Amino acid sequence: MASAFSATKFTLLNSTTPRSHDNQPLYDPLKSTTSFLGSTRKLCFTSFPKLNIHNSQRRSPVVAVSEAVKEKKLKSTSNLLITKEEGLVLYEDMVLGRAFEDMCAQMYYRGKMFGFVHLYNGQEAVSTGFIKLLKKEDYVVSTYRDHVHALSKGVPARAVMSELFGKTTGCCRGQGGSMHMFSKEHNVLGGFAFIGEGIPVATGAAFTSKYKREVLKEADSEDVTLAFFGDGTCNNGQFFECLNMAALWKLPIVFVVENNLWAIGMSHLRATSDPEIWKKGPAFGMPGVHVDGMDVLKVREVAKEAIGRARMGGGPTLVECETYRFRGHSLADPDELRDPAEKAHYAARDPITFLKKYIIENELASEAELKAIEKKIDEVVEDAVEFADESPLPPRSQLLENVFADPKGFGIGPDGRYRCEDPKFTQGTAHV
Amino acid sequence: MTTIFRGLGALTASNSFDSKKLQLPSPRSFSERKASFLLVRSDGSVNLNLGSNSRARRAEQLITNAVATKADGSAASTASKPGHELLLFEALREGLEEEMDRDPTVCVMGEDVGHYGGSYKVTKGLATKYGDLRVLDTPIAENSFTGMGIGAAMTGLRPVVEGMNMGFLLLAFNQISNNCGMLHYTSGGQFKIPIVIRGPGGVGRQLGAEHSQRLESYFQSIPGIQMVACSTAYNAKGLMKAAIRSENPVILFEHVLLYNLKERIPDEEYICNLEEAEMVRPGEHVTILTYSRMRYHVMQAAKTLVNKGYDPEVIDIRSLKPFDLYTIGNSVKKTHRVLIVEECMRTGGIGASLTAAITENFHDYLDAPIVCLSSQDVPTPYAGTLEEWTVVQPAQIVTAVEQLCQ
Repeated sequence: MASAFSATKFTLLNSTTPRSHDNQPLYDPLKSTTSFLGSTRKLCFTSFPKLNIHNSQRRSPVVAVSEAVKEKKLKSTSNLLITKEEGLVLYEDMVLGRAFEDMCAQMYYRGKMFGFVHLYNGQEAVSTGFIKLLKKEDYVVSTYRDHVHALSKGVPARAVMSELFGKTTGCCRGQGGSMHMFSKEHNVLGGFAFIGEGIPVATGAAFTSKYKREVLKEADSEDVTLAFFGDGTCNNGQFFECLNMAALWKLPIVFVVENNLWAIGMSHLRATSDPEIWKKGPAFGMPGVHVDGMDVLKVREVAKEAIGRARMGGGPTLVECETYRFRGHSLADPDELRDPAEKAHYAARDPITFLKKYIIENELASEAELKAIEKKIDEVVEDAVEFADESPLPPRSQLLENVFADPKGFGIGPDGRYRCEDPKFTQGTAHV
Repeated sequence: MTTIFRGLGALTASNSFDSKKLQLPSPRSFSERKASFLLVRSDGSVNLNLGSNSRARRAEQLITNAVATKADGSAASTASKPGHELLLFEALREGLEEEMDRDPTVCVMGEDVGHYGGSYKVTKGLATKYGDLRVLDTPIAENSFTGMGIGAAMTGLRPVVEGMNMGFLLLAFNQISNNCGMLHYTSGGQFKIPIVIRGPGGVGRQLGAEHSQRLESYFQSIPGIQMVACSTAYNAKGLMKAAIRSENPVILFEHVLLYNLKERIPDEEYICNLEEAEMVRPGEHVTILTYSRMRYHVMQAAKTLVNKGYDPEVIDIRSLKPFDLYTIGNSVKKTHRVLIVEECMRTGGIGASLTAAITENFHDYLDAPIVCLSSQDVPTPYAGTLEEWTVVQPAQIVTAVEQLCQ
């Protein structure tokens, strides 16, 4: 794997980018290439950890957070990153994500859901770290690994589980499935099966936000959009095209890369000429940040800045979260290609364990309180399964509904009437 | 025009008078031009009786004018204002501008739509009037800005996305198919996508293969979208307005060679129905179904045919998806012969679908197999002579009708 990097690249990097505090080169070719990927090593490029939200220049400095977080943690406990309430909210959200996904796996193997199901185990810190900072009006756009994004945004577990079971009470009436979680109420814009497909949609939502403010003159319109996608997507044209447009028009969007190093069986290092995705941000004129995606507090700090920048009109940010999925790509993936040592390395950095440790060590809450949360979540997930089990399957009449927002789109039948006026249409048996 | 025709069609088709049938079309008809209610023949007489006697009478009547619409406009004086003359691209612009005035969420996105005014001048002057954000000049990234339009539509705007040439929308196929067409359904009806995707397509004057594509055949299978093709300044404006007001995603196909057509259109506001076909020339012998530029080749052929004693009925189907099977069906029931003239390729084109639809629904009424004249399955060559032979020419239409009517 060390051959993925050439010597010339290293010299180039060392000469053009500033060095960290102790002047160490940022990438040591002698060590394994996972020194960048898989560590909490310093990645500071500027000498200041100050996060300047009001810097609206095109070429903002690239900041890393690990320094800032470390310094803060060494200070007194009155300078903790979170309050007790926030800590409990974050903990509950991550436990919900984990418990839900584990239940999904169980249900899948029991034959309650079918098709492609992509689980989010291990990446909860990214979803919780970002989405828990959003307002209800802010938009979230995701990929096929979207259950937990929907849950974090506020979609009830019942609705998501029903959708997975294909029941009519699902958030998309059973018509979307695992890969298409939508919620108008909670502003979850999907759920997309093809990678990269959601990024332009997210750009569009951010465009609407800007349009509302500048054209429709809704002065308090400041909705931010978060676009979540993976490392594989970062080699896709839509990613680059949208980075360009978002930076060009200073759209209120944050591009969150969940770099879990694997695109099904394709290692990120084998697929990408320059695996450091955060660097692609400055190439388009937006800040690019790399953060340890297994640590919800670090993610949250970065997210605060990025979302704040977008809300202030400072434009987009590209945040690369280094994270890992504990399970395979989907429930159909035997996951034989990944090195067990790598899996063990990241399993030791389980975000939930980390947050629990943080909360307890800093005496924000007791072990009993956290256990109570876990129990509560277990009940929520059980209830969701029960609800989904008892929900009805979609009837035949649902087949033709929702194809068009205006069903006149089915056209005029031979008898002169609009087909949607045909009584058989509502039974789902009309000939269209 | 279509209203009265339909009612009469019902009379001729079956002797029983179904009052429901006569009443139902009328609410829709308010969207059509008022002047077109009356079937005015070239000799000035108003023909309301297409009863069973017409076949006998036809032999004596000489139809001098092959184009009923023109006669309509001049003879009928139900229009209160004189109307104004403009070119088709100006009509599109007028429609777009009226809708942008009416609804502040209507916006335009595309390459060179803003400062440049649109490569075919459809959006000329709009950026100065509405600003750079509302008439957005995008970078050359069709897939992404179409997706951006879809995201904007999902969150409350009504974008009009322009493909500089329809062929470029092949790059946006991912977004058009997966997101534009499907998201309303996949989201369980939560998000509507009131987007309009428009642009010029079709074979032009030696533009080469890639700039001469007909994408209607590629898009027609996508569930959840509507496709319309405009052919006159009148229906261009009407369809543009209707498409923008529609809650469904609509693809509006324009044609490169039709942008400079001059026509007089009404001053008052009107929209055309997205799902209806347009009766261009009523007739008795054969139904010719066409759309977009081929309408003019057909009308040219119709002149020749009329001189040879044929009476073709010409319908501009306008709605490519879904087909207006009512207008088409009534025509088939009357003439029993169908000729489809289209610019799509032979394989998998609109004509192929239309042939299937008519055969399925009106097989019993056909006296002869449906003839479909399409372009050759050939990438459009640059050379003028070769290009001429790839598309259907009026002479071929005349020959086809003669063969069909033997």
